Amino acid sequence: MAEPKALPPASGHDKLMIGQSKAGIYMAHAILILGILIVAFPIYYTFVASTHSLQTILRPPLPLLPGDRFLENYSEALFGGVGRIGGVSVATLLINTTIVAFGIAIGKIIISILSAYAIVFFRFPGRMFFFWLIFITLMLPVEVRILPTYKVMVDLGLIDTYTGLIVPLIASATATLLFRQFFLTIPGELVEAARVDGAGPWRFFWDILLPLSRTNIAALFVILFIYGWTQYLWPLLVTNRNDMNTIVIALRKMISFADADTEWHLVMVTSMLAIVPPILVVVLMQRWFVRGLVDTEK
Amino acid sequence: MATVDLKDVRKVYPGGVEAVKGVSIAIPDKALCVLVGPSGCGKSTLLRMIAGLETISAGTCSIDGKVVNTIGPTERDIAMVFQNYALYPHMKVYDNMAYGLRNRGMPKDEVDKRVRGTAKTLELEHLLERRPRELSGGQRQRVAMGRAIVRNPKVFLFDEPLSNLDAKLRGQMRVEIKNLQRKLGVTSVYVTHDQLEAMTLADVLVVMNAGLIEQQGAPLDIYEKPSSTFVASFIGAPPMNLLPLRSGQLEGAVTLPAVADNAATLGFRPEDCEVGADDAALDGGLRLMANVAGVEPVGAESFLYCDAAGGRIVVRVPGRTEVRIGDQLPIFARREKLHFFGSDGKRV
Ligand SMILES: Nc1ncnc2c1ncn2[C@@H]1O[C@H](COP(=O)(O)OP(=O)(O)OP(=O)(O)O)[C@@H](O)[C@H]1O
Ligand SMILES: [Mg+2]
Repeated sequence: MAEPKALPPASGHDKLMIGQSKAGIYMAHAILILGILIVAFPIYYTFVASTHSLQTILRPPLPLLPGDRFLENYSEALFGGVGRIGGVSVATLLINTTIVAFGIAIGKIIISILSAYAIVFFRFPGRMFFFWLIFITLMLPVEVRILPTYKVMVDLGLIDTYTGLIVPLIASATATLLFRQFFLTIPGELVEAARVDGAGPWRFFWDILLPLSRTNIAALFVILFIYGWTQYLWPLLVTNRNDMNTIVIALRKMISFADADTEWHLVMVTSMLAIVPPILVVVLMQRWFVRGLVDTEK
Repeated sequence: MATVDLKDVRKVYPGGVEAVKGVSIAIPDKALCVLVGPSGCGKSTLLRMIAGLETISAGTCSIDGKVVNTIGPTERDIAMVFQNYALYPHMKVYDNMAYGLRNRGMPKDEVDKRVRGTAKTLELEHLLERRPRELSGGQRQRVAMGRAIVRNPKVFLFDEPLSNLDAKLRGQMRVEIKNLQRKLGVTSVYVTHDQLEAMTLADVLVVMNAGLIEQQGAPLDIYEKPSSTFVASFIGAPPMNLLPLRSGQLEGAVTLPAVADNAATLGFRPEDCEVGADDAALDGGLRLMANVAGVEPVGAESFLYCDAAGGRIVVRVPGRTEVRIGDQLPIFARREKLHFFGSDGKRV
């Protein structure tokens, strides 16, 4: 009998590349470095620009090395206020955006995990109907339902509020489906063991489902935080006051069509500051979900 | 501590599958009842109905004299050991065992005392701080047992708890489960499709087939007096030899005792027949000639696979054997070791 030959267990140290010649390795690295340069250079250049005075920026060519106005520019933007957006400081914008991004990410996770929990673990009339209803909303992104949503927000007096910024974006069919998919992989025996052990629905959710979903939640949080952070269209519509803007909207407003009106050094600072929190979230959370991907706890 | 009584219990799954078609079993206090049967015969379904994990479509299930049909699994005070153990993957062994106790609001130091006591009984003390994924299959099995024992429930339910272990470990755990169950004196229901497990563990053995009970009783009674050809071929390994009778006659038999008219099948166990024609011992038993088609030496015994009387029979001979494939052998079985079954498969 010809038994199928078992593959050797894959380990992290396996050499996956086939051609292991010196030249090949140098080639590969050269290409990788080139790629990184192409991606990183604009960001570096933005940083360089954010450390020069407006005059230097407006008089080309822009130097390739950082200037001496790092502290001045950053403190002016963060605490002084930017003229073109009515003197609102970037600190305010950061706070706004953080609230909105956290609100959207956490709200989406709570709502979607609870709806997935209901759909997977409970038998109630209309279960499949609700599942398909959620599924269908996948096909209706914010942009499609933007006018009615806007009207509702106006009627409720939610223009220029955090609620108005967050709530319309908070339901997530994608996240619900992801959680549903994950919950379906949880063995029925585990659910039954918990029932025999006297765990009611709430306890089961809290003691067993939530800890098991940790890594999924972490990964989703990162994705949703960045999604919330970079929202453009909806915040643009629903905020009129400058001090309620998110950083992306404010950035857009700071740029005038006439070059001379634009405080480019502050725009550059704001751009840099707008990148930092998403990077922080990715870096801080990556430990969580990388570990989760390595050892599945099932 | 508790009796379990099933009265004409039925289960119809939504979608119309009738998995259990009217089963009555009375399990006395402290007894271990084994449900055995082929795959899909409804063993798990029945067990899950006792556990309260599945609703009972008709009939009653009572624990300790109290009908529990509408009571949830928590209040039934049962503990269950699952086939795949179903340990909580994110909890340490200690917490896995403590979880059910905490949910019942037991004070912390009492929980600690019980968990450590149970861990000691099962020799799990050095594993308490580990996660399930850091345990071997056998150790997981013990933790699953521990989680059931620690609760000190009225009834233990086991659903094929040993089927994921290798043969040697299975043998060890079988003995251990039996000893523990004796020592703790907890009424238990044990599902398996392994007839060896069933025979060795059971106080009450229930053989199921297609949602119905074929036979129930003490294991050795069932072994000695199978009520149907199904039970005869299910209990015992290798299974009982069954040969078709044609109007009371066995094709190719040298001698055959008088047979009831309605008997359609003759049966005898591989271990109940012998090679050689010792006429003195015959006393009206069965005698026939068999062609050896295969020899299987196992060590302490050997099995001869033979063609005889229009069928294939297995003969067990002790120790080694000189018999070769192609040999012609006289086989005999004593009168009292013969079983007869009617055309409906029932014992006559
Ligand atoms: N949830 C369900 N819905 C519908 N039919 C089911 C369900 N669970 C089991 N069945 C059916 O009920 C019958 C009995 O199933 P059960 O799981 O009790 O078998 P079993 O005796 O435990 O078998 P095995 O030894 O393979 O575990 C089978 O025909 C099965 O297909
Ligand atoms: Mg089963």
